[in-house]
Amino acid sequence: MIQVRGLTHYYGPHLAVQDVSFGVKKGEVLGFLGPNGAGKTTTMRIITGFMPPTRGQVTLADFDVVEQSLEVRRRVGYLPETVPLYTEMPVTGYLKYMGTLRGMKSKQIKNRIRDVIDICQLGDYHKTIIGKLSKGFRQRVGIAQAILHEPEVLVLDEPTIGIDPIQVVETRKLIQDLGKQQTVVLSSHILPEVSMICSRVLIIHQGRIVAEDTPQNLALSLQGVEQLQVEVGGPPAEVLPVLRRVPGVNEVTHRPQQNRELYTIRFQRGKDLRDEISRSIVSNGWSLLSLQAVGMSLEDIFLRLTTHEEL
Amino acid sequence: MRTVQAVAWKEIQIYFSNPMAYIVALIFLAVTGFFFVVDLTDPFPEASLSNFFFGATIVLILLAPALTMRLLAEEQKLGTIELLLTSPVRDWEVIVGKYLSSLVFLLAMIGLTFYYPLLLWVFGRPDPGPIYSGYLGLVLYSAAALSIGILTSTLTSNQIIAFVVASGILLLMYFATLGTGGGEGIWSTLVTEIGMRSHFDDFERGVIDTKHIVYFLSVTAFFLFLSIRALESRRWR
Repeated sequence: MIQVRGLTHYYGPHLAVQDVSFGVKKGEVLGFLGPNGAGKTTTMRIITGFMPPTRGQVTLADFDVVEQSLEVRRRVGYLPETVPLYTEMPVTGYLKYMGTLRGMKSKQIKNRIRDVIDICQLGDYHKTIIGKLSKGFRQRVGIAQAILHEPEVLVLDEPTIGIDPIQVVETRKLIQDLGKQQTVVLSSHILPEVSMICSRVLIIHQGRIVAEDTPQNLALSLQGVEQLQVEVGGPPAEVLPVLRRVPGVNEVTHRPQQNRELYTIRFQRGKDLRDEISRSIVSNGWSLLSLQAVGMSLEDIFLRLTTHEEL
Repeated sequence: MRTVQAVAWKEIQIYFSNPMAYIVALIFLAVTGFFFVVDLTDPFPEASLSNFFFGATIVLILLAPALTMRLLAEEQKLGTIELLLTSPVRDWEVIVGKYLSSLVFLLAMIGLTFYYPLLLWVFGRPDPGPIYSGYLGLVLYSAAALSIGILTSTLTSNQIIAFVVASGILLLMYFATLGTGGGEGIWSTLVTEIGMRSHFDDFERGVIDTKHIVYFLSVTAFFLFLSIRALESRRWR
């Protein structure tokens, strides 16, 4: 559904995102996890067509976000970090306006507004001026506008930030439900939240993707597992089983990146498997092009993440 | 086209529910009313609106930017621009929609002044020609003034800056003619032709010259074009 290749973005001289590549499949709920200023918002703004990347290509449903921006924008529902609301408008008036901007027919808008007000539990407030709503309800109005036109892709930037705990739980439930029908990309700096909602997580730090995995595996790495990244010159189909057979290795994942065959190897902390791994690669006649530990930096990043909820 | 309509309609609703717009309308009526009366207190009053037209163009140097300053600057301040630019809406549709809303409100304001000529007709026998042409000129002038305000509002998220810069540009363009010192030559001609005042005089006198209509329409189109470009540039700035 979404393909991001070699995405790089500068704000003036400041590098915000550096050579980020990933894909999102249809129906997947992908979480961006990273401390503040990691580049999450920048990446999302580029996916939604708000601004073009300095370098790299992003396609959404096979439409290029720069060249065919209008087609992309038609398919995306977006909730920016600061919920963009016209505070002087009532809830239904606002939704109606957003529906018209997205090219919906007025009858369709009417029906959909009824639906989204139901979904987002805004029933009692649909006539209220948005400026008078509490933060949690504003967030819901923000989500309501994002899903109004039944977009194929939903992009939510920190959807639970700054709302009270009970509403956080409700909002997460809502996103989980939405994820059943739609492709969702969301960002967060709270680890448990992402593990709860997402089927896959990208950890992004200082503009780079440092890990990409399922929430379960990420939880494993938190429990004292180290990671090695190896680049091997050899056929992946044969390399994978060999690496897996090295004693002490928990898991190996293959991650091709721009003609480079990268493997992430996980093993229990405390052992040093570099020797065994390099030997098994070389003895098979393949070349070991690089080997680096990524576990430590990952741990640093986790330390900066909110690993528990402040309730 | 539907999007233009939607954008314009939303802004019109906000104008009519916003105290700022009513304050602008109030000041406009008060000042133009004053200029209108000045003529009538003359010992030999003339049943004409030329003073009113003069006053209206002067006061609009301040009031037109006051109407437009909110339109895009506020969206940028509140972040709603992010929503607008990620909706399937073309940049020109946003600019034109916003512009039309301000034009509608200003036309409504001008509409409120129709009782001045009505009074003239009740108490005297005014020459209708200069009144019609004067109103035409006023509408064209307003259209141009608002387009300048739209441009400055697109360029900043600060409404005050949008207001001051637009008023400054309008002021310069309005009085540009004075700067020539009545001199001759290509530069004097150029500055005179750019100046708005020199193009408004004929309308006041009852002359409808295509040259002046084209002038005001060109200025409007030029500034709207720049605004669209400025909004586009937000994407790569």
